[in-house]
Amino acid sequence: MSLVLNVNGKRVELEVDADMPLLWALREQLALTGTKYGCGIAQCGACTVHLDGRAVRACVTPVSAAAGKRITTIEGLGAKDHPHPVQVAWTEVGVPQCGYCQSGQIMSAAALLAEKPNATDADIDAAMAGNLCRCGTYLRIRQAIKKAAARMAKKEGPA
Amino acid sequence: MSVVPVTRRRFLEVTALAAGGLLVGFHVPAEAASIQPEPWTALPQGAEINAWLAIDAEGNVTIRVPHTEMGQGALTSVSMMIAEELNVDWARVRAVFADPNRHLRNNNEYTTMFTAGSALVRHQHPHIMQAGASARERLKEAAARAWGVDRSRVEARLGKLESGARSGTYAEFATAAAAIALSEEPAIKTPDQWWLLGKSLHRLDVDVKSNGSAVYAIDAQLPGMVYAAVKACPVPWGRLARFDDRAIRSRPGIVAVTALEAAPGKKGNSDLQDAVAVVADSWWRAKTALDQLPIEWDTGSAASVSTASQQAEAKRLLDRPGEAVSEGEGTLAAIAAAEKVVTAEYQRPWETHARMEPINATASVAAGRVDVWSPTQDQSVALQLAADQAGTSTKNVFVHTVFLGGGFGGNGAGGTAVTRQAVELSKRLARPVKVIWSREEDIAQDKQRPPNVTRLSAALGERGLPTAWFTRSVWFTQDGIDRVGPATADYAISNMPYQVPNRRHERINAKAHIPVATHRAPGTNQHGFMTECFVDEVALAGGWDPLEWRLELTKGLADWQLVLRTLKDKAGFRTDLPRGHGMGVAIVEDHGSICAACATVRVSRAGELAVEKVVVVIDSGHVINPHNAAEQLEGGVCWELSHAWMGGLELREGRFVNTNFDGYPLLRMPQMPTVEVHFALSGGKKWGGIGEPAGPPVPPAVANAIWFATGKRIRSTPFKSHDLSWG
Repeated sequence: MSLVLNVNGKRVELEVDADMPLLWALREQLALTGTKYGCGIAQCGACTVHLDGRAVRACVTPVSAAAGKRITTIEGLGAKDHPHPVQVAWTEVGVPQCGYCQSGQIMSAAALLAEKPNATDADIDAAMAGNLCRCGTYLRIRQAIKKAAARMAKKEGPA
Repeated sequence: MSVVPVTRRRFLEVTALAAGGLLVGFHVPAEAASIQPEPWTALPQGAEINAWLAIDAEGNVTIRVPHTEMGQGALTSVSMMIAEELNVDWARVRAVFADPNRHLRNNNEYTTMFTAGSALVRHQHPHIMQAGASARERLKEAAARAWGVDRSRVEARLGKLESGARSGTYAEFATAAAAIALSEEPAIKTPDQWWLLGKSLHRLDVDVKSNGSAVYAIDAQLPGMVYAAVKACPVPWGRLARFDDRAIRSRPGIVAVTALEAAPGKKGNSDLQDAVAVVADSWWRAKTALDQLPIEWDTGSAASVSTASQQAEAKRLLDRPGEAVSEGEGTLAAIAAAEKVVTAEYQRPWETHARMEPINATASVAAGRVDVWSPTQDQSVALQLAADQAGTSTKNVFVHTVFLGGGFGGNGAGGTAVTRQAVELSKRLARPVKVIWSREEDIAQDKQRPPNVTRLSAALGERGLPTAWFTRSVWFTQDGIDRVGPATADYAISNMPYQVPNRRHERINAKAHIPVATHRAPGTNQHGFMTECFVDEVALAGGWDPLEWRLELTKGLADWQLVLRTLKDKAGFRTDLPRGHGMGVAIVEDHGSICAACATVRVSRAGELAVEKVVVVIDSGHVINPHNAAEQLEGGVCWELSHAWMGGLELREGRFVNTNFDGYPLLRMPQMPTVEVHFALSGGKKWGGIGEPAGPPVPPAVANAIWFATGKRIRSTPFKSHDLSWG
């Protein structure tokens, strides 16, 4: 079927099977390979993207269900000269090891902080529990999320 | 299906790589925070001084890294070692992957491209640093000749050459330096001369791994490429009987449904098994069609094997003598004569690598040229495999080094069957093919970590200390060949530091149909758990504090004492915590490093386990980048805690049944303990590994802590299968 998607602020037209997961449309048709395949059953979070700002697992989201929504991938999270504060924190802390899961981790973290700018450790646990990291960067991820939260709060200034 | 070309940029980038040796470029950001969105542009090569480095007109140094970057920091470590010797500003350093084709063409020019065994810094620093030192001395010699002075009068510092009033840049003399042959190659620096090594530096690949631009094998895209989903016999080495493609061949986008055959006589780690491949214009279409394809397998007698049958076999075998790895004459007599003997049986199950990037490869076989993208831990081996499968000379094969989404010992061998699959399919279809193993295929067909059942006995004598120590261990490996795991475990047991007068170790090799491979700290993980839990059993039976027991039995061994005393200072180990709380210690030598751990756990009355904190102390002799080393140690803790707590592959009817993360859970963020890392470095000639040694002491430290918290002795993993309730 023919579909129109809004990906990273751009309108794109696709010819796809309606039940194809968004993950494969992004990776194979749009060459947005920052979003990764890890399990195909929403267990690892490597494929996490935003639909209207909320974190979803692209491997189990039919591409047709993403039509009419704002789709944001890791490539569109920050601008070229203005990386997202979560990405800035990731590089400052030096989070990634193999890096394969990190796009998904960053997308989950960015969605968390958009919803809960003052995320507690329990909030971080809850929001990040769906993202596996085999290299064991969890401690650095937590540190980077807190750093990003502090940076974002400072930037926005006192209420 | 039509493909909408929103961007061709990646196509161009990837295909451009085929032209030359420069594969991947990085910039060191001026500020750590700045992200380089276009890191893949080719860097200026400049003048090559040797295979390892080139200097451009602006004085930027491009370092060619022959090793795989799978998260362990190879790009940064190799670059640091060369920059140390070259005496260049770290901000001027760029890292790229070296060309495997050049390596083979020039008689192993980089000495080795193999990346495993925590060996990069430990074993390979001499030849890597020597390449940097040689380049520095040749730059000095070039300047010396130009200025008519002796080389000893020239200083090379931060990209500048100086002698008295004369000065110049490395860039000015790079071309001349490349032509110089030294009469005597310089020695490498000793640690007391380091100015860069030993500093905590951020990894060079952090930025590209934070913005989605890092390219892995699974990301390779080529014009005209098609996608393959494959399924090998779920019972490894079963034969393909037949398949019926009528059900799927008319589905949209299907390009081919075809059989891949195991090559007769090649049952090694790296060879094809019988499989069926469905090739389509999208991987999703290929995978969903494959799921609907009726396939019949001839599984043979292996279909009767299960976890339970192997455990029963192990128990039978444990009652018979095994092959003596260390003789320990008098051990058995001492145990037979002892008044007090402690005996226990421990076991670990099958485990899998489950690196986050599922196994995949892309190949383009064209007339006179083969291009391969493969997540392998040795690019030069992938190259040779591809040449073999394509039936061409290695000169015609180009392997493109990309990032690995984890390796953990599984991608030396594990990455190679898929490389053959991709090459074979591309050859047959005459177009580029990307093969991706589904997660289920990745786990079912991985080269697994072998299981082990071990019986340990110790005789107690005066002061409650052991007078004899006996272990008998059963390992299940493919055809009973101890290619990996058992041998390192033998080493760990035979070289156990505890000064017990009589020690004997026997091994029994049991045959399994499952291919096996190394698995981050192979063998040591299994036996570290068994030995170090049993140590606590023996210490407690003799009335000893477990940490004091370890100190007592390693008296005179300076590096073991250093690590244990540091652990004692830093971890605050105690045995008098209230019920439900516990601390445990363990210490294991692995890959040349001695690593100790102290775990603090909490267990609820209902038996719910929380691992709160792990203190790690390591003696690796030297550390070249404490920041990266600490990250690797944290990773090692997570790795082995994950298997010990919640892992375990279940074998039923000859096949593994828990082949995705719903059935094979991995440690998640809420379960990750705080990790505190301390370096207790003995220095000198000792160079130990960093990537693997932190894993082995963690499970026994946690199990020992659980005993203090609950009174329950855990002798098998995963911990989650035990009832830990108390009170």
